[in-house]
Amino acid sequence: MAVKKTATPMPEQDPNVRKNNFDEVALGYTPEQAQEEAVRCLNCKTKPCVQGCPVCIDIPAFIMAIKKGDLQGSIDILHEKNCLPLVTGRVCPQEEQCQKFCSLNKIGESVSIGRLERFVADWEMKKNKTSEPKTVHYQRIGKKVAIIGSGPAGLSCAGDLIKWGYDVTVFEAFHKSGGVLIYGIPEFRLPKDIVEVEIQNLKRMGVVFDNNRLIGSGLKINDLMDRGFQAIFIGSGAGLPQFMGIPGENLSGVYSANEYLTRSNLMKSFLFPKYDTPILSAKNVAVIGGGNVALDSARTALRMGADHVYLIYRRSREEMPARQEEIHHAEQEGIDFQLLTNPLAYLGNEQGYVHQMECMRMDLGEPDASGRRRPVPREGSNFILPIDQVIVSVGTTPNPILKLTTPDLKTHHKGEIEVDNKQMTSIPGVFAGGDIVTGAATVITAMGAGRLAADSIHQYLQSCK
Amino acid sequence: MSKSFKQNEVIQVHELAKSITMMEVYAPNVVEFAKPGQFVIVINEAKGERIPLTIADFSKENGILTLVFQQVGKSTMALAKRKVGDVIEHINGPLGHASLIQPFGNVLMVAGGVGIAPVFPITRALKEQNHIISIVGAKSKDGLFWVDKMKKVSDELIITTDDGSLGRAGFVTEPLKEILSNQKIDRVIAIGPLIMMKNVSKITKEKNIPLIVSLNSLMVCGMGMCGACRCTVNEKSKFTCFEGPEFDGNEVNFNEVNQRLQMYRKEEKIALDYYLGGSNGR
Ligand SMILES: Cc1cc2nc3c(=O)[nH]c(=O)nc-3n(C[C@H](O)[C@H](O)[C@H](O)COP(=O)(O)OP(=O)(O)OC[C@H]3O[C@@H](n4cnc5c(N)ncnc54)[C@H](O)[C@@H]3O)c2cc1C
Ligand code: FES
Repeated sequence: MAVKKTATPMPEQDPNVRKNNFDEVALGYTPEQAQEEAVRCLNCKTKPCVQGCPVCIDIPAFIMAIKKGDLQGSIDILHEKNCLPLVTGRVCPQEEQCQKFCSLNKIGESVSIGRLERFVADWEMKKNKTSEPKTVHYQRIGKKVAIIGSGPAGLSCAGDLIKWGYDVTVFEAFHKSGGVLIYGIPEFRLPKDIVEVEIQNLKRMGVVFDNNRLIGSGLKINDLMDRGFQAIFIGSGAGLPQFMGIPGENLSGVYSANEYLTRSNLMKSFLFPKYDTPILSAKNVAVIGGGNVALDSARTALRMGADHVYLIYRRSREEMPARQEEIHHAEQEGIDFQLLTNPLAYLGNEQGYVHQMECMRMDLGEPDASGRRRPVPREGSNFILPIDQVIVSVGTTPNPILKLTTPDLKTHHKGEIEVDNKQMTSIPGVFAGGDIVTGAATVITAMGAGRLAADSIHQYLQSCK
Repeated sequence: MSKSFKQNEVIQVHELAKSITMMEVYAPNVVEFAKPGQFVIVINEAKGERIPLTIADFSKENGILTLVFQQVGKSTMALAKRKVGDVIEHINGPLGHASLIQPFGNVLMVAGGVGIAPVFPITRALKEQNHIISIVGAKSKDGLFWVDKMKKVSDELIITTDDGSLGRAGFVTEPLKEILSNQKIDRVIAIGPLIMMKNVSKITKEKNIPLIVSLNSLMVCGMGMCGACRCTVNEKSKFTCFEGPEFDGNEVNFNEVNQRLQMYRKEEKIALDYYLGGSNGR
C-alpha cells in the first residue's frame, strides 16, 4: 500500500469563532485520525527522527504502538523520556526538530509526530479523569534536593529525582507552579488545566511545592544548603523583559509581553472584573517582535477585543523564530503582519497614554553573526501608525536576583549561568539548566536539561556520602 | 504565646486612622528575612490581584508581620474587611532592596499619611547610629497614627496637619525648609504621597542634599519579571520592584511616576463598582 503523501490535518476551531474566545485552538486527533496518521510512519530502522528530539524519545516505537492500538504501551514509551507529553505535544517546534528528519519529507509531508504525541497524552489524561491514577510510592533514601523554579526544567528534574528516592522541594517565586507554561503561554494554546494535571502528578509522587518563594530575596542558596539540601538545581528561566530603549516606552499602554501575558494568563485579566487584575482595553494594538511570545501576545490582544492587531517585525517572514503553526494560525485570525518594519518612538496624549508610534521600513542586508540577513533602515521611509496599545516582545534575559545574592555563581555577560557538561555550576552541588543557562529557548530543551541535571545530581550524591 | 497560628493567619486587624488599616499576620517565612524598606506582595483571595505593601513592622521572635495600608480601591477595601483568624491567600516576601542603614550623621525623616508606616522601621534602625529629626504629617488629625512610636525612635519630632487640627498647620515642607536652612542635614528620607515627595525633592535639590524616596509604583510580579513597575531615575528606566523601591529622590521623574499610577483609573472604578454592587446586594 502506498504511503499517503500528505499529513492528516488536525481539527481546529474556525478562525472567526476562535478569535473571540480563549478556548484551545487545535482540537486534537480523533482515534480514527490518529490511526490514519500513525500508519504513515515507515518505522525506519535508522530512526532519523530521534536525532531531532532533544530528549531522544523512541518515536517510531510510540507510533507503532498507536498503530497496534496499544495506547498504554505508547504512553509508557513517551513517559520513559518525557514527563510532560501533554505539554510538548502542543508546544514543541516539531518542524525544526523530529519532523525535520522524517524520511517522508523526501516524498511529501512528514509524519505529524507532535499531533500523535498529543493524542496519546490526551488519551491518558481522559483515562485518569475517570479512574483515579494509582499512587506510586518510591523508596526514600533520605537525601534532600532543592529545585529553584517550577518551569519545565525544574519539573522534569523533580520528576526524575523523586523516582530515584530523593526528597524534592520545588521553590517557586510565583503563587502558582508551572513557570512559563502557566504565566506565559496562553490558554488557547496550552490550557492551564493540563499544566495543573502535570503538577498534580508530581505532587502525588511526593514532590513538595513551596510557592511564593523568591530565592535570593529572603531564602538564599546558602540558606538552602544550611537547611540540609545536599544538592540544588536552578531552573529559574529567562524572565527579565527587555525593552528597546526608544522614546516613549514608559507611556501608559506600553506593556512588556511578560506583563501583558502574566496579567491575562496567570491573573486572568480576561475575566476582569470577576478577577481583580485589569488590563487596558485597546482598539489598535502594535506587538513588537516575531517570536512565539510576540504571536501569543498578538493573538491574546485580539481575544481581549482589539479591532486591529499589528505584528511589527524588523526582518521578513522567513526569519521569524515562532513555530510555523502559530504563524499560520495568527494569519488566519487576521493579525496584520508589518514585516521589515521597526519602531522608532512612541508618542502619547495629554494624559500620557500612547496614541501613535513612529516606524521605519527596513531592507535585508548582509548576513549577520546569526547567519540571518541583517535588517538595515530604509532612508526616508518613516511613517506614523495610530495605535492605542503596544506590547514589546523583543526578548528576555535571566532575572539577576539569584546572581546578585550568590556572588560565587559564575555567569556569562547577559547573566546566563555557566555550567559544565554535567549541568554543574561554579558552586559544587549546585546545578542549573533551561533558559537560565541557554537564554530564552524551548520547553523541550529546558526539559532535557532538567533531566540531564537530575542524572548528574544522582551521580554527585551517590559519590558524596 | 502557646497558640499555634496558621501560615498567613490574621492575628489582629483594626483601623489605625481614617481609612488606614493595620493588619498583623503570621508570616514567619517573610519575617525571618525582613529588613526595613522592603515590601511584600499580598494576594487577598483566589481571584485577587497582587498588591504590593511596604513592611511596616515585624517581630522576629513570634513571626508576626505588620502591614499598614490605605483603603484606596477594591482590593485594599476587601483586605481591610478580613477578620482575625482568616487566612490571607498568598504573601510573598520580603522583596526589594532594604534601606541603607549606616551612620550618616543628621538624618531628617519626612513621613506623610500612610507613609508613616514604612518610615517607622527605617527610623528605628537608623536611630542607633544617627541623630534623627522626624516630620510627620497628614491632612488632618484623624489621618495621623503611630505618633508615639515615631517619638520613641526620633530625637526630635515635628507634627504637621494641613488643617492645623494637630501640631503645626500646613504641609511638611514648611518645617523641612526651616530645618534645612538652620542645620546641617546629611540625608533626607521622605515617604508619603507622590506630591509630597515631589515637593520635598524640589527643596532638597535646590539645597543639594541627598534625598531618598520610596516609590509605590503599580506592580504585577514584584520580582523583576514583568516591568509593570517601570520608572525613570536619572534619565534611565528602572524596575521599582527589584532596583528599588528606594531611589535617589533628586533624580526621580515624578511626573512619569504619577502618570503611570493613574493608568488604570477607569478600571479601578469598574472594579470598585462591581465589588460594592456585589457585596451590598445592590
Ligand atoms: C509566551 C511564551 C510562549 C512560548 N512558546 C513556546 C512554544 O510554543 N514552544 C516552546 O518550546 N517554547 C516556548 N516558549 C519558551 C519556553 O516556554 C521556555 O523556553 C521554557 O519555559 C523554559 O523553561 P525553564 O524551566 O527554563 O524556565 P521557566 O519556564 O521560565 O520557569 C522558571 C520559573 O522559575 C521561577 N523563578 C525565577 N527566579 C526564581 C527565584 N529566584 N526563586 C524561585 N523561583 C524563581 C519563575 O517564576 C518561573 O516560574 C515560550 C515562552 C513564552 C514566554
Ligand atoms: S513588578 Fe514586575 S518587574 Fe517590577
